[in-house]
Amino acid sequence: MRKILVTLLFLIFGTSAFADCNIKSGSINILANDFPALRTFVETSKQCKGNADFKVTHSSEHNKIAVPALTANPSEFSARIAANSSIVPLMNQDLIRPLDDLVKKYGKGIQDSQLITIDGKVMAVAFMANTQHLYYREDILKDMGIAVPKTYEEVVAASEKIRASGKMQHPYAAAYKAGWNLAEEFVNMFIGHGGEFFKSGSAEPNINNAKGVATLNMLKKLSELSNPDYLTHDSEEIKVEWESGNVALMTLWASRSGTLLDDEGDPNITKATKLAGPATVGGGNIPAATLWWDGFTLAKNRSDADADATFRALAHAASNKKMVADAADQAVWLVEGFVPGPKSIGVIEAVKMKAKPYPMLPQMGLMHGALGSEIVEFLQGKESAEQALKDVEAAYISKAKEQGFL
Amino acid sequence: MPNKTFFWFFLPTGLAMILFIGLPIISTGIQSFYAQHDQIVKEVKKCDPFGCTVSIVVDNEETSKIREAKPLGKFNGFGTYTDRNHLAVDEIKKFWNETDSFGAFIDQVTNLPFYKALIFTLTYCLFVTPNVLLLGFIIALSLNAVARKIRGPLIFGTILPMIVTPLVGSLVLFWMIDSQGIIGANIQNLMNDPYLSLKSSKTLTWITIIIYGIWHHSPFAFVVFYAALQTVPQEPVEAAIIDGASRFQRIKHIVLPHIYPVVTFVALISLMDNFRVFEPIIGFSAEGSAQSLSWLIYDNLVNEEVILFGSAAATSIMTIVGIAILLAPVLIRTWKEFRIAR
Repeated sequence: MRKILVTLLFLIFGTSAFADCNIKSGSINILANDFPALRTFVETSKQCKGNADFKVTHSSEHNKIAVPALTANPSEFSARIAANSSIVPLMNQDLIRPLDDLVKKYGKGIQDSQLITIDGKVMAVAFMANTQHLYYREDILKDMGIAVPKTYEEVVAASEKIRASGKMQHPYAAAYKAGWNLAEEFVNMFIGHGGEFFKSGSAEPNINNAKGVATLNMLKKLSELSNPDYLTHDSEEIKVEWESGNVALMTLWASRSGTLLDDEGDPNITKATKLAGPATVGGGNIPAATLWWDGFTLAKNRSDADADATFRALAHAASNKKMVADAADQAVWLVEGFVPGPKSIGVIEAVKMKAKPYPMLPQMGLMHGALGSEIVEFLQGKESAEQALKDVEAAYISKAKEQGFL
Repeated sequence: MPNKTFFWFFLPTGLAMILFIGLPIISTGIQSFYAQHDQIVKEVKKCDPFGCTVSIVVDNEETSKIREAKPLGKFNGFGTYTDRNHLAVDEIKKFWNETDSFGAFIDQVTNLPFYKALIFTLTYCLFVTPNVLLLGFIIALSLNAVARKIRGPLIFGTILPMIVTPLVGSLVLFWMIDSQGIIGANIQNLMNDPYLSLKSSKTLTWITIIIYGIWHHSPFAFVVFYAALQTVPQEPVEAAIIDGASRFQRIKHIVLPHIYPVVTFVALISLMDNFRVFEPIIGFSAEGSAQSLSWLIYDNLVNEEVILFGSAAATSIMTIVGIAILLAPVLIRTWKEFRIAR
């Protein structure tokens, strides 16, 4: 009898988390990237949609849709799940609305640390953190008597040793696909070297220097230890490489750890897959990695009623203790009540090591784009590091001039 | 057809062409002369879960005022056309003065994004077009010679590459040439070099894309040639056989002159198609090694977080000019023949 009572009580309180947020009307339409944590987040917000219309578009092409869709008036989407980098074009074009009033009215469970404030106004509410960090195969490193690498120099040495032993031909992997991914690796490594992308207080590029050259040389060394097709490998591809047992050391997003450590694939590899913090480089003390947050923003060109409904539904998820407890494996949640598990080591270490967030600058997207295409020829051995960096700066300058930043 | 009938006949198509092709091209042309207004930025405090920093944002209030006054942007004339990411006029002058050998000059020029893309695009056209014509013609001739019974299935098999969606076709080949795919792994074995990668070598990527292009476009040439072959009159061919002409002589002196207008047509269409090569670059993830003019436009429009309308418009206009230049000799020739025929 007592058991039943307890169960009943639990059910009543348990379901109270699902209670809808009393949304009477409005329509909610969310644009988000496509990975498990975001799906969980959106699903959770759907639980409290009440009488509102609820639509969601999960797409890995979200960046291409966002600006045109939010420019329309009324905007196609009422909310966009953005990150450090993707919030910038929305800010540049003035497409998202300040959330201060809504936070005051409905944001009870949201912690202050979740608020992204720009010029004193809340522009987004973050709910998870992400970074790229090291994954290693414990069995291989133990067999070879290699300690877990803490710097990229150690990663290179360890990979060379593994290759020399004949165990693996291409022991290292990272997402080096030409374009956005490759540029992201440069950004990480350059920040690890203590570089600043722009001369202080201006949009003038500042990468053609010793730090830039050191960055490129390290990327090249790592690429030589990777699968020769590295220029076509994105996160998904290197995940497959890892699961086929071809790789012993890898730099990959923390948000992918869930799919690496799930029950699919060779259990021996899964068992030996271990996570470590991001590596440092060139004797620096901050990690060669950038910290990312994912959060929601609301479209400006949409009625206040829709914004209201959307905010309440999303805030429900962004302050949901049950969600972060149930989905603790999927992400490093910034929501109150999150207990970090073994899969969040990477991000937590990165924060402890004082990793820098990805630069949220209006012109950073142009730099990122220029890097993605202009450093390829250096990695292929077709031009010198100095020439590659000169090309990046020149390509960036032309684009920045066209966009009015210079 | 009397001119008046022709006019009414052509009017609907003409209107649609003006509306959906002409006007957008004009709009693209206008956009290519404009750049964004100077960005007004201000320093603000930004806070996120990882701490606060002082950094810059675009001042939206000020910017929207300028934007409302001049929505098209800042007039830039040919500025976008001549900048480093397009024709790079200043850079080329500089390279000419700074380099001492012609080879070094060419090296520098081909390092510029527009010329890099132009060279790939032209190489692709130059290799794919003639090979497509040749292969298409050979297939058409051979199929024309086989027994009627098996012709149907054979024709279907031959046009398969054209039926397969370009992206799917290129993806299939892409996976085959992966260093662990059937072709990639075998080449590694053959060459005894575990580091050999078809995808990371520029030359090999170019060759792959060109072979793919020939494979994909040949059926089109084949279908048109095959149809044309059906119209070749039998009497002169039979007469030639009686005169003792070899098969090659018959093709050279009777078949080819007969289908010559069709060859011109296929050459024109192929050239135009090949100049706009795009899908295989995406399918093969070959952005690193091979960029075409169409890919540059795509890159400007979607690969940046900021959309570069001016750049994309300028490249589009130059692509149109490029196609016009490329087609000019064939068009002039057709025009001359048309005049003689009249």
